[in-house]
Amino acid sequence: MSLSPTSAILEIRDLVTAFDTDAGRMTAVDGVSFDVPRGKTLGIVGESGCGKSVTAFSITRLLPQPHGKILGGSIRFEGRDLVSLSLEEMQKIRGSEISMIFQEPMTALNPVQTVGRQLAEAILLHEDCPKAEVLARSIDMMKKVRIPAPEQRLNEYPHQLSGGMRQRVMIAMALINKPKLLIADEPTTALDVTVQAQILELIADLQKEMGMSVILITHDLGVIAEVCDEVAVMYAGRIVEKAGVFDLFAKPRHAYTQGLLESIPRLDSTPKSLLKAIPGNVPSIAEFKPGCRFAERSGRVHTEVHLTARPPFTEISPGHFVEQCPICVA
Amino acid sequence: MSLLTVQHLQQHFPVRGGLLHRAVASCKAVDGVSFTLGQGETLGLVGESGCGKTTLGKAIVRLLKPTGGSIRFDGHDITQASTSAIRPLRRHMQMIFQDPAESLNPRHTVRDILEEPFVVQKLGSKEERRKWVLELLDKVGLPASGAEKFPFEFSGGQRQRIGIARAIALKPKLIVCDEPVSALDVSVQSQVLNLLLELQREMGLSYLFIAHGLSVVKHMSDRVAVMYLGKIVEMAPSEELYRNPRHAYTRALLDAIPVPDPAKRRERQLLQGDVPSPINPPAGCAFGHRMKHPKWQESVGVDLALREVAPGHWVQPCPCCT
Repeated sequence: MSLSPTSAILEIRDLVTAFDTDAGRMTAVDGVSFDVPRGKTLGIVGESGCGKSVTAFSITRLLPQPHGKILGGSIRFEGRDLVSLSLEEMQKIRGSEISMIFQEPMTALNPVQTVGRQLAEAILLHEDCPKAEVLARSIDMMKKVRIPAPEQRLNEYPHQLSGGMRQRVMIAMALINKPKLLIADEPTTALDVTVQAQILELIADLQKEMGMSVILITHDLGVIAEVCDEVAVMYAGRIVEKAGVFDLFAKPRHAYTQGLLESIPRLDSTPKSLLKAIPGNVPSIAEFKPGCRFAERSGRVHTEVHLTARPPFTEISPGHFVEQCPICVA
Repeated sequence: MSLLTVQHLQQHFPVRGGLLHRAVASCKAVDGVSFTLGQGETLGLVGESGCGKTTLGKAIVRLLKPTGGSIRFDGHDITQASTSAIRPLRRHMQMIFQDPAESLNPRHTVRDILEEPFVVQKLGSKEERRKWVLELLDKVGLPASGAEKFPFEFSGGQRQRIGIARAIALKPKLIVCDEPVSALDVSVQSQVLNLLLELQREMGLSYLFIAHGLSVVKHMSDRVAVMYLGKIVEMAPSEELYRNPRHAYTRALLDAIPVPDPAKRRERQLLQGDVPSPINPPAGCAFGHRMKHPKWQESVGVDLALREVAPGHWVQPCPCCT
């Protein structure tokens, strides 16, 4: 497979991540390849259990231990293969060059430490910095994420903040060391739609200002359409389609992408008309087939061969990749 | 005549504090809500978290005891009816919850869960109930073999089908659907929405459809009511509301929805700030207060009861937001 090697900050090739469980080895990410272009936003969209979060945790090497393992492939970040780094080397990168924000800020923040202390920790983990400068940088960052009265907020605890404010604090912590890559895992899923719009705009503004790259993980195609430059669609542990955002929404090629786009209710659809639903359920990890994993739900005629032979991931037009199952890509 | 008539409904909760655990304030979760719902009709209810939409739903099926106003259901005033007085009416009003995993008893088989409504209402013989359970499973698209399984053996979408089967078991007239698809995967949401639409056509059900996703609500509803801080600020037929929103809050909500089409990206008027607390809400127009609208002062003391501005289109006559 050949993905264009130009100006990508992160290049992932054939990543395989698995979990050892009582029921055997479960491959959550099964041979995933993509690039994150410098200064751009790559969206990863998929349903629960598709492997989008496990992909993110593989990049930051935060897989649950000892069960989670990267079994194969490479994750090249600015030329270094993160898979082969030692834990100490990875710690230096994490939080300074690559940062991550999570879905639920209340569980990601420490409830018994003030916001200020948590921000200071993010700085001091990576460099020796005089107290006054730590404070100045913290206040500056709080202003950047548009938290009103930052001096006062630094002395508050997470529970004293609203959901939107907590997510702003998380973003401040993630960006305080000016990372080159931000991984945002469902950053707005727990928030109201009006607050979601604020947070997405904030991330986009800071990205422009700081010139960082972003991986945005979400299940919401609306969020993808609003903020991403490129999109990878994941299904059952694999990327089934990847393209520029305009290309993907205008010309989806894989039956899963098409099905998702057709099934969601839109503001301009006729009220109370039946939706074009995708039949069946998302397969659980124990049911993953070696071949195409969506063929059975595609509603199209398929044979056992399609479920056993893995389709190739090919570039069908410039920058537009698809898992070329003869059933799902007609 | 409408199936459900709600007038000036209030659901206040005491906020207790201090040494003697006395009520020190009142949380006005629902504060003067009025609407009607006809047979076979769907009224959508949208708003941000904490706006009181779930409390309103629970008050209507009388899982709560309203603190003011009135609820008329199918010709009966049920506002203050006792548990025993309301039981015979309960079979006509049901509820579907957001998280099917938490609203189904994990120790009961699907058969137990679906039989229970008949047992409670003392309907049918054992054999009849067995037959009805199988009919219900068939109706919601689950195999008959599912009857002997436990809820955890099903996927999220299938569990919500069980929740729906339980709700339609007694052939109700009204179902309050509280965020019925929010916890489901995108590809499964549309299946469940279709099922709800089909059941409504078949059984002539009325729905109060509560959700925070405006595109889902618009798709499912004949009319939509927008709630803000315990009050309905605007209510109109679905298409009308989306084409012609009058209240500033409705416009802000519509503007915040991410549109799944990158060709329609736009500059947005972002709403600032968070939803205020319903404990001691501001006087006058609550949204104008949040927006620090220059005319907010004018709304204090004005009667903000909904007014009809076009056929079926009701809006708060607020000097700052409309």
